[in-house]
Amino acid sequence: MVCDICGKNPATVHLTEIIDDQMNELHLCEECARQKSAQMESQFGLSDLLAGMVDFEKPSIDKEADTLACPSCKLTYADFKKIGRLGCGECYTAFRKYLAPLLKRIHGSSMHVGKNPQGGTKLAPKPDSLGDLRGQLQKAIEAEAFEEAAHLRDQIKEIERRGQDGA
Amino acid sequence: MELSDLLQHTSEWLKGTGPNSDIVISSRVRLARNLDKYPFPHWAAKEQGEEILAKIDEAKGKIDFLKNTTTFKLAKMDNLDKQFLVERHLMSHEHAQKKDSKAIMIDDEEIIAIMVNEEDHLRIQVMQSGFNLFEAWDIINRIDDRLSKELNVAFSREWGYLTACPTNTGTGMRGSVMLHLPALVMTRQINRVLAAISKLSFTTRGLYGEGTQATGNFFQISNQVSLGHSEEEIIENINGLIKQIIEQENQAREVLLGQSKALLEDRISRSFGILKNAYIISSQETIELLSMIRLGSDLGMIKDVDRSRINELFIITQPAHLQKLENKKITSQDRDMKRAELVRSKLNQ
Repeated sequence: MVCDICGKNPATVHLTEIIDDQMNELHLCEECARQKSAQMESQFGLSDLLAGMVDFEKPSIDKEADTLACPSCKLTYADFKKIGRLGCGECYTAFRKYLAPLLKRIHGSSMHVGKNPQGGTKLAPKPDSLGDLRGQLQKAIEAEAFEEAAHLRDQIKEIERRGQDGA
Repeated sequence: MELSDLLQHTSEWLKGTGPNSDIVISSRVRLARNLDKYPFPHWAAKEQGEEILAKIDEAKGKIDFLKNTTTFKLAKMDNLDKQFLVERHLMSHEHAQKKDSKAIMIDDEEIIAIMVNEEDHLRIQVMQSGFNLFEAWDIINRIDDRLSKELNVAFSREWGYLTACPTNTGTGMRGSVMLHLPALVMTRQINRVLAAISKLSFTTRGLYGEGTQATGNFFQISNQVSLGHSEEEIIENINGLIKQIIEQENQAREVLLGQSKALLEDRISRSFGILKNAYIISSQETIELLSMIRLGSDLGMIKDVDRSRINELFIITQPAHLQKLENKKITSQDRDMKRAELVRSKLNQ
């Protein structure tokens, strides 16, 4: 069997690719396989997926973020990017601006729905929280804090959606 | 309870009972929790780690549900004991690495296992045999309610339970189901199924969790998303997905029986033959052949060995289990002989 890509050398590497539900079998020679794997590395070769997600931030934001430190445990945002773990519960408040979009990317949501330590099973939004959030959103827009604004907008949408669901 | 007492009985997850236990080995729910005002384990000083462990152990003592639970400190455990617990699915590989301020709490029936100071201060796990996620959730939910009465847990109204890694934030919950899918593998349908699973935000792992390869046709499927859905919704979603996979595996078994029954019987009987007669066998080969025997037993082709004995063999042939049974360290080569001896004696009974 000859290589599927160059059509010259004997195929010694057999690859199964799945793209959009389509399974593709590739038979490659060593040389083409190496090139193919370098190509895949550049797309998916993030040794730490999470670190990769953090790195999607724009470089300018990164610089500003890196110097941020949690007042409680002293972990910096740069530490977090390196180790992929936060230092304590307070870090969530300290890095809120950057964590909100990250959580949204990971989970597709940045709003907890579920039990709480007081034994309740669902967290219904406070009746006045919509008004509060809209006020905060206005302030964020005026301050040109767009990441924050986007996060607040999502929260408002989420509450409205759940309101309609009757939750 | 002593650790070696565990050798005397079969772990809950290997009992081979419960709904759909031909295809579903076990169901597991775990919750990640942290104490408020303390750094997460990787960032905590040694004294803080000890303080956290003491607080959790004290809380455990006050809870009725956990009265048959024994605390084992990792500092007092040797490598063999740690590996033994990893093989029994009571402890993660990660937890076995460093020992400072770490502990594991295990109940007599091995349904409940609580890791202290793993990635989070608390990793609570509940295991059930067969397809039984709701039951596992029900038990763990009650344990969690009681623990949060005794301990101040790091929680935010907006983001839920705060965990060391943002991939667990929210419910801090991971539900997972261990499946045995030999027919989907043999009919080469498994890649299609796994691709669909990953598209739906679920992950597939091997027999021994994070970073392990699927061996012996075992696949562990769990949710990836922990924020934005309630615990019940998440369980419901996994449940729906698993039902479909069970359906697919059953269809693949039908196809094999319809189209290649002789080949299938041949493969199963050969596997049985090797296991009953080999004098040297690796753990990898044992798992692969046992997988065939398990399928043979499900399909009624092998009648004289029941599922619980096959399940038991999966675990007692693992390296640390073999050494615990012999009560001494054994080299890898000698283990291959001991393993073959053990398998022969169990299958020729």
